[in-house]
Amino acid sequence: MSGLDIAVEAISWLLILSGSFFVIVGAVGTLRFPDFWSRLHAVSITDSAGVILLFAGMSVQAGFSLITVKLIIIGVFLFITGPTATHAIANAALVSGLRPKEAKGFTGVEPEPLTPPTADPASSEQQ
Amino acid sequence: MRIIGAIVVFLGLWLLLSGVYKPLTISLGVLSTLGVVFIINRMDSIDGDRIEIRLKPLAFLSYQGWLMVEIAKASLAVTKIVLSPSMPIKQHMFSVPYTQKTDLGQVIFANSITLTPGTVTIETEPGKFLVHAVDYSTDDKDALADMDRRVTACEKASKE
Repeated sequence: MSGLDIAVEAISWLLILSGSFFVIVGAVGTLRFPDFWSRLHAVSITDSAGVILLFAGMSVQAGFSLITVKLIIIGVFLFITGPTATHAIANAALVSGLRPKEAKGFTGVEPEPLTPPTADPASSEQQ
Repeated sequence: MRIIGAIVVFLGLWLLLSGVYKPLTISLGVLSTLGVVFIINRMDSIDGDRIEIRLKPLAFLSYQGWLMVEIAKASLAVTKIVLSPSMPIKQHMFSVPYTQKTDLGQVIFANSITLTPGTVTIETEPGKFLVHAVDYSTDDKDALADMDRRVTACEKASKE
């Protein structure tokens, strides 16, 4: 095993382990956070940081091969669908009238009132 | 010309995903490619819309690099909130105006906001997005306005 091999192994394991760390943090956050809205944010750590680091680590592990190309294709796909799915869930919650719980002693809220959920969400998306 | 381009793209994708280059599998791939292109061509009679991707490729790539750095920073910030014993959550919603002209640019901006941990786009309205953030900081709006400028810079001017 040459020095280069060891370096590649080390880099890929560093990436995979830090990716796993972010996935676990996302899971812990999902359990600890108080309500729906904040849990969305905890999951989005898993969604972005965890996925990017894990895929980078696996690509380094696979080297220049077809597997890397497939990993990149899956990564791009997740990059587009992940936030779209998150938005769909959040928008469904907003339209059905769920509002975030404010933390105790929180004074930094800006005075701007929330837009009431429209009865027909399609009507606000025309244009 | 369009058909040839579609055949090349689909065949390339098939070859990349298959990885087995025997005469039988390749001929099956060619057959399925031709089948897909035939169906796509027939679909034109139902929906002949063409989607134009008006983006500057290099500017978009460098934007992706910048977005990665932002995701890393935001991930660390949210990780700190998750792991700190007191969980200093200060959630709030605010609206962010967007300046993109094309639908694609708006989608990229909204998805970038959602992709960054700590902020989620929850509603789209004409001219602005409603954004929910988990942590309150006074420069939230400036940071998002900066992202908005960068996405708009990736757009090609329309040829109207």
